[in-house]
Amino acid sequence: MGSQKRIAKELAELVESPPAGITVNLADEANLYEWKVLMDGPEGSPYHKGKFQIKLVLPTEYPFKPPTVSFATKIYHPNVTNDDKGSMCLGMLRPDEWKPSSKIGAVLEFARQLLSEPMPDDAIEGRIAEQYKNDRKHFDEVARDWTRKHAS
Amino acid sequence: MGRQFLPALFIISPPLLPHSPSEPPLEPPNFPGDVVAHHPLFNPLQPGYLPPISITPPSTRKRKAAEAAITDDQPLPESATKAAHTGNATLVGRSRKPKPASTGPATTCPQSTESASSASSTCQKKRELATPATTEASMDSDDDFMSDVSSQDDFLDMQGSDDESLGEDFGDLDTGFSDDKDLLKQKRKPYEVEFKVLNPPEIEREQLVQINEVSAILGLPPESAAILMRFGRWKQEKLIEGYMEHPEETLEEAGLGTNFEGTAKTEVVPGFSCEICCEEGDDLESYAMRCGHRFCVDCYRHYLGQKIKEEGEAARIQCPGNKCHRIVDSRSLDLLVTDELKDRYRTLLTRTYVDDKDNLRWCPAPNCEYAVDCAVKTRDLRRIVPTVRCICKHEFCFGCSVADHQPTPCTLVKMWLQKCEDDSETANWISANTKECPRCVSTIEKNGGCNHMTCRKCKHEFCWMCMGLWSEHGTSWYNCNRFEEKSGHDARSAQAKSRASLERYLHYYNRYANHEQSAKLDKDLYLKTEKKMTSLQSQSGLSWIEVQFLDTASQALQQCRQTLKWTYAFAFYLARNNIATIFEDNQADLEMAVEGLSEMFEKPVSELAELKVDILDKTAYCNKRRVILLSDTAENLKNGEWSFNVEW
Repeated sequence: MGSQKRIAKELAELVESPPAGITVNLADEANLYEWKVLMDGPEGSPYHKGKFQIKLVLPTEYPFKPPTVSFATKIYHPNVTNDDKGSMCLGMLRPDEWKPSSKIGAVLEFARQLLSEPMPDDAIEGRIAEQYKNDRKHFDEVARDWTRKHAS
Repeated sequence: MGRQFLPALFIISPPLLPHSPSEPPLEPPNFPGDVVAHHPLFNPLQPGYLPPISITPPSTRKRKAAEAAITDDQPLPESATKAAHTGNATLVGRSRKPKPASTGPATTCPQSTESASSASSTCQKKRELATPATTEASMDSDDDFMSDVSSQDDFLDMQGSDDESLGEDFGDLDTGFSDDKDLLKQKRKPYEVEFKVLNPPEIEREQLVQINEVSAILGLPPESAAILMRFGRWKQEKLIEGYMEHPEETLEEAGLGTNFEGTAKTEVVPGFSCEICCEEGDDLESYAMRCGHRFCVDCYRHYLGQKIKEEGEAARIQCPGNKCHRIVDSRSLDLLVTDELKDRYRTLLTRTYVDDKDNLRWCPAPNCEYAVDCAVKTRDLRRIVPTVRCICKHEFCFGCSVADHQPTPCTLVKMWLQKCEDDSETANWISANTKECPRCVSTIEKNGGCNHMTCRKCKHEFCWMCMGLWSEHGTSWYNCNRFEEKSGHDARSAQAKSRASLERYLHYYNRYANHEQSAKLDKDLYLKTEKKMTSLQSQSGLSWIEVQFLDTASQALQQCRQTLKWTYAFAFYLARNNIATIFEDNQADLEMAVEGLSEMFEKPVSELAELKVDILDKTAYCNKRRVILLSDTAENLKNGEWSFNVEW
């Protein structure tokens, strides 16, 4: 009840004045709890020119529990699982760090920031993180390749 | 002289001791927040109120001592009172040590916990003034007694010297002090440690006392002091030092602000809109801590409820505001949540308190809610086995929470349990005792007979010794000569070695397991004992008191078996030398005594009455043998005499 009002408000705000490179929609008009987000790969990153679809799911206890963010589009990134789930690891989405007053807009902006600057020290994909740190050239190549293949 | 001086001090001390009987029992456990109103330590109007002035931080205490040194020629009564005051404040802080001894000359020494060298000489000087009859040597031991117990060794040594010196000191003051003296005369055995069992209200009270102390020293509200203490894991001295050096940083890190003004209350703010639920309305009740992040009461409650109930968080619940690290204090919490949640909150706080404190440990017995307070540190565990006994009667090790494992030190206990659990031992046994059929690879254990083996499964016939085909053995049916080859010789010695070490392990393990098993049976026996006691009463006309010897015997049996069990784990790791031989002798003596008692104990009820004296004797003997064994082991452990065949 309370959460619907809050979600509706956040959605309206994000639709009205979306953050740079981010478009927000409901996956299903009747369901406030599942969002479809389109994210443009930030300039200067190997994801540039790619369009990434992100699934954002809000728990019924939202905003007391954090949302979950996953990449529907395949992406080569140290902080996104390299499987069909594409789960993303964000510090602020951990239950003990999440605050009820944190906003979805901030989460999405943070996610986009992560595309520009991956955090290899907090990686889910250790191998990709390793490559990102030690062999940046190859990492960029593969990431660009994947972006071309899956995100355009 | 001393006689006149001491009673005066006695008048001052008792009401200030937190556990003294003259004080009304403290309120049931309450969180500091709502204690403010009625807790005697908080309220100046209550009789038990202790003015904060008398609680001085350690640095101030030292300074006071120095001041006292300068004004040493002041009239005696005044300085003595002053000193006694400070000394008592120290006692309040250390509420768990209301020793009768501390009411002796030590009370005159203001820096009893911190023995700054200059100050202690002052103290001695003053005491010479006060009690010229007392000797220097005994004073030193008193100082020792009051000094913080830093390690068990110090503690043990000190106890010894203390007993003696106090005996001398008060030898001429028998009247009126006999109780105290008896208390001190109780000598602890070398394998025993000093400890105290605390129930939940006592644990809460301990927290309160410390919070009040810090609150008074730093001039912070109690609920803030509580947050600070939890942040600093109750390391009071370190915390105060840190605060004195960087007050703002410390408060910020702990999740407190510098602004302590204002009272906690919910408000209706016109034009307010809750950031969490996005509700607005002019009658919407809202709450904000001093950080100013305001949310509606419903959301605040929901947030706190979720943290406490679902996440089990208490000490570090932050403000719901985005990126705000302010910790929700107890007053805010009390204002917002239900009583049920408050209880849970307090339980969680107590839990973290006991977990944070090195000198506290929960009793591991199921459903037991007591904690044990013991001064033994982790680093002492190589030299002492600190067995404690909870009020619930469960005996366990303070070092590792495993059930009583005297005389084996914690590290060896861990290794032993790991070894026993480890499947590798099974594998070891298999490799030493079995072979595989050369054809179908089934595992075979030879159960006697000749070397001519026939596999049950595949009917393959082979020689147990050389594993070769039986048909190749020709006429030397029962004598396999083929083993003279070098490869065969090597294989045999490898197997022999493995078997020897395995047998050694099994020797100790079997005895260990046997006593464990017997101890379990003892529990059944204990239940039967009661029945036995009843039937013994009716059969032999003995009274209930007269049949108590069975109960005593049963308990002795259990305790001795527990000890015996662990002596085998201990012996497994023991390197052979003279003291190891003595140990084994002690072990054998105890074992013989225990088995003797056990046998008597199982006699039919009709014979038990006649055996009463024998059983009593045997029980006493068992207990004595146990004490001897444990004392000897503990002494050697303490002095580092044992050598072990493993690194630990």
